[in-house]
Amino acid sequence: MVRALDRKLFRDLWRLKGQMLTIALVVAAGIAAFVTLRGTYTSIQEARATYYERQRFADVFARVERAPRSLLSRVERIPGVSRADGRVVEPAMVPLADVSEPLRAQISSAGPEELQVLSRLHLRDGRWLEPGRSDEVLVLESFATARKLRPGDRLPLVLNGKKRDVRVAGVAMSPEYVFAIAAGDISPDPERFAVMWMSEEALSATFRMEGAFNMVSVQLQPGASEPAVIDALDRLLEPYGGTGAYGIGWQPSNRAIDGELAQLQSFSTVLPVIFLLVASLLVNVVLSRLVHLQRPEIATLKALGYSDLEVGLHFFQLVIVILMLGAGVGVAVGGYFGDVMVDLYAVYFKFPNLEFRFDGASASAAVVVSVLAALVGAFSAVSSVVRLPPAEAMRPPAPARYRRSIVDLLGLGRAVGPSLHMIVRELQRRPLRTVFSSLAIAVSIGLMVIGGWYYDSIRDLVHTQFHEVMREDVAVAFIEARPARALSDLGHAPGVLAAEGIRVVPVRFRSGHAHRDGAIFGYPERGQLRQLRDRYARLAPLPPDGVVLTEVLAQILGVRPGDSIEVEIHEGQRGKRRLIVAGTVDDAMGLQGHMTAEALASFMNETPKVNLALLRIDPASSETLDARLKDMPYVASVTRRADLLARFESQSANMITTMAAIILLFAATITVGVVYNNARVALSIRARDLASLRVLGFTRGEISAILLGEMGLQVLFALPLGLVFGRWLVVGIASTVDPEQWRMPIVITDRSYAIALSVALIASVLSALLVRRRLDKLDLIGVLKTRE
Amino acid sequence: MPVDPAVLEGRALTKVYRMGDVDVHALRGVDLSLYAGELIVLLGASGSGKSTLLNILGGLDIPTTGTVVYRDHDLTSATARELTRYRREHVGFVFQFYNLIPSLTARENVALVTEIADDPLSPEEALGLVGLGERMDHFPAQLSGGEQQRIAIARAVAKRPDLLLCDEPTGALDYQTGIVVLEVIEAVNRELGTTTAVITHNAPVAAMADRVVTLHDGRLTGEVRNERRVAAKELRW
Repeated sequence: MVRALDRKLFRDLWRLKGQMLTIALVVAAGIAAFVTLRGTYTSIQEARATYYERQRFADVFARVERAPRSLLSRVERIPGVSRADGRVVEPAMVPLADVSEPLRAQISSAGPEELQVLSRLHLRDGRWLEPGRSDEVLVLESFATARKLRPGDRLPLVLNGKKRDVRVAGVAMSPEYVFAIAAGDISPDPERFAVMWMSEEALSATFRMEGAFNMVSVQLQPGASEPAVIDALDRLLEPYGGTGAYGIGWQPSNRAIDGELAQLQSFSTVLPVIFLLVASLLVNVVLSRLVHLQRPEIATLKALGYSDLEVGLHFFQLVIVILMLGAGVGVAVGGYFGDVMVDLYAVYFKFPNLEFRFDGASASAAVVVSVLAALVGAFSAVSSVVRLPPAEAMRPPAPARYRRSIVDLLGLGRAVGPSLHMIVRELQRRPLRTVFSSLAIAVSIGLMVIGGWYYDSIRDLVHTQFHEVMREDVAVAFIEARPARALSDLGHAPGVLAAEGIRVVPVRFRSGHAHRDGAIFGYPERGQLRQLRDRYARLAPLPPDGVVLTEVLAQILGVRPGDSIEVEIHEGQRGKRRLIVAGTVDDAMGLQGHMTAEALASFMNETPKVNLALLRIDPASSETLDARLKDMPYVASVTRRADLLARFESQSANMITTMAAIILLFAATITVGVVYNNARVALSIRARDLASLRVLGFTRGEISAILLGEMGLQVLFALPLGLVFGRWLVVGIASTVDPEQWRMPIVITDRSYAIALSVALIASVLSALLVRRRLDKLDLIGVLKTRE
Repeated sequence: MPVDPAVLEGRALTKVYRMGDVDVHALRGVDLSLYAGELIVLLGASGSGKSTLLNILGGLDIPTTGTVVYRDHDLTSATARELTRYRREHVGFVFQFYNLIPSLTARENVALVTEIADDPLSPEEALGLVGLGERMDHFPAQLSGGEQQRIAIARAVAKRPDLLLCDEPTGALDYQTGIVVLEVIEAVNRELGTTTAVITHNAPVAAMADRVVTLHDGRLTGEVRNERRVAAKELRW
């Protein structure tokens, strides 16, 4: 049997459905944000953990020039190492007939399937390589999918300058290439970056690496110290041209996943907290009013013999019903968005089984936390009235105390009409509610600013990167550095309007104990196609001597202009030299040093060389040029700026639109929740006053102005606050992006600000209209007859 | 003097409220006892302190000074929990403005009490007692003032209270409806033997009482025992 008190509960809920629904939606948004982000986080993390474990992904990696296989047993004897694996990894090219420029490829050696030691491949289709066959490869699934390759298909492959035809034996996934990105790219391009494996004997023979390896990976014993193993490994590998070992945290694919996980984690904490705070506030505002209105009913219940606890619980139940409703919707919506998010991530991260996993424990925790948050909001509202002796609760509350307002104090008392007095005095009477409401609206504006920034910063990055930094049409990478005069070959090729060369030297920067791997770029004098620019695309000066470091790199190394750093050269003759830091630059991504070509050549003790040619071309003769480039044996890869741009835009567009839509929806929920509920409460407080004014001859418009003016002032106050808060949030969120990979520009366009403001205003106006409709139906006689 | 012992005894009761910035002395030292089975009318102008007195007797409020004893229980030193139990088990209230829960039907308003009482009438019985068996599923807003007040009475008596305390039960009603309501109160007092106190500013109502007490400015100013109770339906004003 439903108790009478419960019936009252449901009827109250129904009567207040508008308010209850908007609060439930704010709760739903908070829970949904949590379920989506947290679930996505857990899904990726778990997919990664099981995948790494099953494929026995290594913990430490190191590149060497060439080391004998016999060295592996010495690697395994390093304390803390449980297993070591050596491979040959080399760059290659795939000159597909129907693609203008050869694709970049990376090819690794693979032993027999059952003898795979570390970072084992996961065969998805076809079969394993037959030992010794030099005409068979396994290809990475993402590349196979992008190029529609199936086992049995044939591919042209350029290995060590020699072209040959190979057959796709199988299609595989690898824990090393979850996020498969070619060196120097800013996003994965499965169509243009091929990852392959060939039988060890065949690949070693091709690169004259028989009995040797150039890439070693190591699995640590449980509890082993990574730095200690890295140190030992570095010492052991140095004579073999070791370029410095690095842990799994620096493995490029894994590092990209880490970065994304860190962002998801911070988002999944910040967003729900914001929503729950707002929900708690709304519960407090609405319940305070409800309890106030129900003072006589509460008194009656107590007179009838209901205890404080029973009456209090009655109101808490109301809150709990709203919460459960919100939580239900939130979990469902969160699950849906989680699927969407994970699908978006699946474009970048290639796990064999990445799917959205609903994190039940976390979701339950979120629901419990939101219940607590709302009950905190409810508690202060309910406890004061419930504790009143029933006789006192039965008397109408003493008239609210109003004071002269700031308008009076400014001596404007006479100048403004009674409406403005009513508005200002009411706001002033409840300063906390006014401030919190404005803050909540400001938060929603802030969230929308984040959405705008997400879009703007990527636009800006694209502009900086693809229009300001890269001014060439085509970038041609050489297999190894060539004398600068090689450029004249290219410069005279058909359709080439201008050619410039850049020297890129892979190095390890070191100062004291701090070190990072990166590259030094040498720019030609008066070069036009690539210039040193910061993340806002401003030209940065390049002094004639010394190196200009990425600001973050300088910070990591703890150096300032004028200091000197040690540079290990990871190319050619190798060796360590010292270099003076001439300055720093706040460039957009990666960790680099920048020098003039001349200074770099003298630092390298070489005649000026280049390994990246930048071309301006005549679009009309693009095909002839492609044919020529394909014939040049020293060309490692050809990249068209327009292609890069188009791909980046198509890939990021989905992510940005989805994120922006989710954020917009959630933020609008808050605005509607706050404005609508405040207006309803204000209406309830003011109904008698407003009806009295109507009786006195005020028009509907005039009384609406009083009520909505109150809301308007709160919103108005929130607008600038929201923009400032938004920018502040943006700076906070930008700092969660791994600064060693990206320095997101803090760019928020006027358009984004305008959108944030407009959405807040539109949501406010809609809420106001909903309330205005009630105002129009105000029952003058009825309101005056009933007591407060 | 009645042979029945006092059910409820108030001694030297005072009550001071703070309303906004003003102190209001509602009671200035009142002694009053209620005896088993009697019907007492407390007569007084508005502001004389009679509602305050009734609230204190009913455990809705506590006096600023003085004592209230219900049988063996001192209500002045009772905790909020004990006062709740006192109201729940022994007292039925009827208020001037009925104080029905607007979101509950007549039957449900009565059920509010029958669900928490030990040996209640059923809501249907209680509503039958006040002659509203037909309108049980109506919401308060669908009923006239007199009907609402009768529901309030049904709600008050459904728990079979020891005390029925009525605060201006006819204050918001016209003459005819008022008489109907008083008849119901009279019937409850007679048929269930419930000790009943009725507050009113309407002097003719006093004729239906066993005893009439007059309050003025927070003090008892008179006490009269009626030789004969006049039936409610014969009252005129």
